[in-house]
Amino acid sequence: MGEFITVKDMCHTYLAHEGEEVQALDHINIAIGKGEFVAIIGTNGSGKSTLAKHLNALLIPSSGQCLIDGMDTKEQENVWKIRQSVGMVFQNPDNQIVATLVEEDVAFGPENLGVAPKEIRNRVTEALKDVGMEDYRQHSPHLLSGGQKQRVAIAGVLAMRSNCLVLDEPTAMLDPQGRQEVLSTVLRLHREQNITVVYITHFMEEAVAADRVIVMEQGKVVMEGVPKTIFSQVNRLKELGLDVPVAAEFAYRLRQLTMKIPEDIITDTELVVAVCP
Amino acid sequence: MSIRLQDVTYIYMSKTPYEKAAIKKIDLEIKQGEFVGIIGHTGSGKSTLVQHLNGLLKPSSGMVHIDGQNIHEKGETARNAKRSVGMVFQYPEHQLFEESVYEDIAFGPRNLGVKEEEVETRVKKALDFVGLDFEKFAKRTPFQLSGGQMRRVAIAGVVALDPKYLVLDEPSAGLDPRGRDEIFGQIMKLHQATGITVVLVSHNMEDVARMANRLIVMNKGEILLDGKPKDIFCNHQAQLKEAGVDVPPLTLLMNQFKQRGLEIDSAVVDIATAAQNVYKAVRRS
Repeated sequence: MGEFITVKDMCHTYLAHEGEEVQALDHINIAIGKGEFVAIIGTNGSGKSTLAKHLNALLIPSSGQCLIDGMDTKEQENVWKIRQSVGMVFQNPDNQIVATLVEEDVAFGPENLGVAPKEIRNRVTEALKDVGMEDYRQHSPHLLSGGQKQRVAIAGVLAMRSNCLVLDEPTAMLDPQGRQEVLSTVLRLHREQNITVVYITHFMEEAVAADRVIVMEQGKVVMEGVPKTIFSQVNRLKELGLDVPVAAEFAYRLRQLTMKIPEDIITDTELVVAVCP
Repeated sequence: MSIRLQDVTYIYMSKTPYEKAAIKKIDLEIKQGEFVGIIGHTGSGKSTLVQHLNGLLKPSSGMVHIDGQNIHEKGETARNAKRSVGMVFQYPEHQLFEESVYEDIAFGPRNLGVKEEEVETRVKKALDFVGLDFEKFAKRTPFQLSGGQMRRVAIAGVVALDPKYLVLDEPSAGLDPRGRDEIFGQIMKLHQATGITVVLVSHNMEDVARMANRLIVMNKGEILLDGKPKDIFCNHQAQLKEAGVDVPPLTLLMNQFKQRGLEIDSAVVDIATAAQNVYKAVRRS
């Protein structure tokens, strides 16, 4: 697995009010492999979104380096290539829809890249199929549900033939069903098309689905590992102001009550089996 | 003392081909001092319903009374009745507009004609309620705060109106777990300290289960279930599914324990108690 995203010693400083400098990212080092699914969790203001914006050159490091598929985001000539290969999906579905028909919205990206019309049509069909929205081709996006809008946004990224999806809290504004729709779509694309995924979320049950979890706090990466090792550290996560999956916390409480429960439990099934073998 | 909806129907785009009844023949009384959670699938009519609670929407048919006053009559008393309901919309931080946090929170009370000294007291109280330090935040511009802080300033703006009924539509969406716990903790504290009536619209079943003493489940513009959260989550799971509403993860976990033959009291809403129940059951068996 080659590295797709390499972040080396990256810092980002914002100029806040009254000339005060805010260090949003503080010497970050991250490597994300091709085809990997990485979840990033952390409290509001921990630097997650700032990091995401570096991944398609919306922001440029104040110091250090951010390489996407070997291309430095600092080099102006790389920017368009980077933005084509890394697609972003943001929190608010209403802020990222530009057209009056679903198919036109999905076509917007490839049109901008100068793709031939016939090819655009193919790509739109394919992308809408990939996210399960082919029946809504001629619909007006503003009448769709939140989950559907987010899937259209994902289709827009796919139509650009991006091979990496960066999603910044894509489910924060959705109801449970919409959340499920988005997560399962992303998981499927990851599995079937080997798309690299960086998924920022506050929902731990979503982060559990990732290959790897990165925890951020005050602009730094403070924990990193597979979901099992991260989410079994109940105390540490609580200190950071984060949730743990219900099963992990339940297991932790049972251990406190002197029951012998394995340390690495994070799903309901694992817990139930451990308690009632 | 209550908010009372009688036979309320609301039709969007009435007399057009797009006509759609968002809520149908709703009969509902929210009594003073209650903590009511409203849940339902997107499009089930939750938001339409709560917008009737302070007269933002006028029913296509039916009536709304606040403390016995029909709020759709003309005149001062009807206006005051509507003002007793404070409404926090989804993403209230989008409604911040003033130069400083102080000014933003003071806007509402000033509009109600509250005297300046009293305005200051209210701003202080409201900031304290949402857990922001007056000295540190009052003078700052609201637009450079973090998302969670902006949310709190916006909620403070509604609290400063000193409402008798507080309606919150998804107050925790987009907040991190700590921010969410803080906001909910403060709402709970306010409810307990002042007895303020709270109506909370939320997708987060666990929070609703933990805090509300009454739960209303909406489905297709109608009230499908109305009762105690514990009872609804434990005994009406099929109907919840029908309404497209998730059962809280803890309830699902407790179900699984039961299926494996563990005899436990599964009607619990917090993990600590649930773990103790399981512990006891395992020791018994």
